[in-house]
Amino acid sequence: MAQKLLMGNEAIALGAIRAGVDIVTGYPGTPSSEVLETIAKYRNENTYVEWSVNEKVALEVAAGAAYTGARTLVTMKQVGLNVASDPLMSLAYIGIKGGMVVLVADDPGPVSSQTEQDTRHFAQFAHLPVFDPSSPQEAYLLIGEAFALSEKYHTPVIFRPTTQICHACASIDIDDFITKHPPAAFVKDPKWVIFPRLSYQNHIKICQNEQRISEEFSTAACNQITGHGNRGIVSSGVSVAYTREVLSDTDDEAALLKLATVHPFPEKLALAFLKERTEVLVLEELDPVIEEALLKLCGKHQLPVKIYGKLTGHANIAGSNNYETIRASIDKFYAREGSPSTAVSLPPLPVRPPVLCAGCPHRASFYSVKRALQQQKQAAVFSGDIGCYTLGNASPLDMVDTCLCMGAGITMAQGLQRADNSVKHIAFIGDSTFFHSGITGIINAVYNQTDITVIIVDNSTTAMTGHQPHPGTGRTMMGSLTEKVSIEKVLAGCNVKYIKKANPLHLQTAIATVSEAVAFHGVSVVLFEAPCIALFKPKLKREVQTDRCTGCRRCVKEIGCPAISLDETGKARIDTALCYGCSLCTQVCPAKAIGGISL
Amino acid sequence: MKLNCLLAGVGGQGTVLASRVLAQTAMSRNFPACTAETIGMAQRGGCVVSQVRIGTTDCGPTIPLHQADLLLGFEPAEALRNFSYLKEGGIALINISPILPVTASLGGCEYNINAILEYIRQKAASAIFINGNDLCRQAGSAKVLNVIMLGVAARENLLPFTKADLLQTLVQNLPEKFLELNRRAFEIGYTYKEQGRGGLHDA
Repeated sequence: MAQKLLMGNEAIALGAIRAGVDIVTGYPGTPSSEVLETIAKYRNENTYVEWSVNEKVALEVAAGAAYTGARTLVTMKQVGLNVASDPLMSLAYIGIKGGMVVLVADDPGPVSSQTEQDTRHFAQFAHLPVFDPSSPQEAYLLIGEAFALSEKYHTPVIFRPTTQICHACASIDIDDFITKHPPAAFVKDPKWVIFPRLSYQNHIKICQNEQRISEEFSTAACNQITGHGNRGIVSSGVSVAYTREVLSDTDDEAALLKLATVHPFPEKLALAFLKERTEVLVLEELDPVIEEALLKLCGKHQLPVKIYGKLTGHANIAGSNNYETIRASIDKFYAREGSPSTAVSLPPLPVRPPVLCAGCPHRASFYSVKRALQQQKQAAVFSGDIGCYTLGNASPLDMVDTCLCMGAGITMAQGLQRADNSVKHIAFIGDSTFFHSGITGIINAVYNQTDITVIIVDNSTTAMTGHQPHPGTGRTMMGSLTEKVSIEKVLAGCNVKYIKKANPLHLQTAIATVSEAVAFHGVSVVLFEAPCIALFKPKLKREVQTDRCTGCRRCVKEIGCPAISLDETGKARIDTALCYGCSLCTQVCPAKAIGGISL
Repeated sequence: MKLNCLLAGVGGQGTVLASRVLAQTAMSRNFPACTAETIGMAQRGGCVVSQVRIGTTDCGPTIPLHQADLLLGFEPAEALRNFSYLKEGGIALINISPILPVTASLGGCEYNINAILEYIRQKAASAIFINGNDLCRQAGSAKVLNVIMLGVAARENLLPFTKADLLQTLVQNLPEKFLELNRRAFEIGYTYKEQGRGGLHDA
């Protein structure tokens, strides 16, 4: 036994290795990405790890492996499960042989996501057990329980940490125990082929299993009652830690039911808790899943217990929890005036939204499209997508008019074009997102003869989530080299008639290429290739020759590079610590005042 | 021993490493520790906060308002943005070198550095100001502000560990090739010349 400072995601990864995981697949997504990366780093020689092309693919690869008896883990963020929901729903009916855990990280806040969806609903919807760890330490041990339960009931199990569990670091007791399980082999059997008759029979089975698992969860060590009193608090996830902290500060007497498994709901345990209480407050992040389960239980057993939570206005319906939100809920539960908010007036603070890094080639891509359209006096709508390049929405670029979900830029541009062809419709998509779910959109556009321009911003990595490899990078998560899948050839294979590559950092050529693509009638694609700045070290930096700078502010106003600011005299200044020498500012400066300095 | 330390800065300044070093050093001294970080979209030049809680286990990962013993402000505006987490009597260690957001350069919002520093100087029970840009220049790298800040914190006895404790954690966590630079940075922080406590003489 050793103690180590581990991030929640690292703890989950080591817990999965401890549980003897054989095959790990996933698609990067904050806050889940470090789980798979950590397994890749510490895996045994027999463990296989891959970044799959998307979450649906990842889940299907893992399901195949689980049919043989191998222990498998699939990792994704909450919106990734939307993509993987098709195989998941069917797999719930078919079941698996080897333990299969689907790790889906929810993102209350949301900190880095499109939605605040609650994966516990998905577990209910799909009839799958779900674990909801309340700390990194608990997550380390609970992931093993999840594998064991999965194997026992031949069902995939969802493991749902939230951002504050994934990205918190804690001192964790780890051991080098590894669970052994029988070797894997696929045995042919009609049970692996989904048919309506089989689904009917299995529907009955999974509902019966839900009953059994509910009973098992009622006695599970991870679900506990502590404390006494007529009043009770039921909590799960990170809210448990805040609840304990607040209760130790307020000295309120309350019984606490801490739940780490929310579906199938541990009814027996919850019933025992409710019977001793008159009033109960539910503290959970995202949707009122536990609250509704308790209300249902009160109705079923006609218990005279009042349940408070999100549905009664005692807790926030959106956003993440912290000490203050939990404190406010508990104060309200005890009908206390909250501590007066000491509103202080701070001096004005600058807003600081996230921006494209200095030197980011996406800035040049957006800017060249903007300039090309200006030159041609062509109005356009810009359909964005998910990745660093969503940040092209910020001033002064202002180049993202829509953004919905992975891969939706190309397809939404087609709908926009059908309904409003008075302007040009231009979609932006990154390389990893293109492989994830952009290709079907391209095929649809070609097949249905749409008139759109697609700008692929290929920076040779999955940048936003931490620079994971993908099919276009020629590297795998096992550390091997593999043949790159060429985006250009994929496009050609899809019958795209206009495909041109350009380096976005060569501004004049880039503008000319975009102009030509926009003028093309039909599906045209510009493939902008330039690596993410995180992939190389700059050889050159830019410097303003102050005597030449006229203070026209064009560099600042046009490209919005975070390395450029204005000095006291109103002249441009470049922060050499941030500059990557991309030269976009040099090409924009009308006074030729920005030169390069070698390092 | 209990310590809540909040680190506020801009994505890319290295608050995550600094908070990990603090937590790991605490653990090497047998104090329980936990941290919480901003990871994801905000890392791209946005506001980031790291939180370190040492000496307790029954607590959430983030620090309640007015309960931070120590505020390590990697950037003045970000220090002020999180100022209400500092407890009454808490100590602020502030880098006075601002990072102007693009919004400020575009003229869309104000960045009044003097008002920001003056507010912190007046409101913090104790505030220590360092010129991060100068110290980084001395170290020869703009990327070592985090380790310089740790050096200053050690010198000012703001942490429940010694210089040797912190250096040991750095050695354990940094790749060999960055070790010499970071040792130098720590030493520059540890021996920095005081330029006015609670004052702005170095602004």
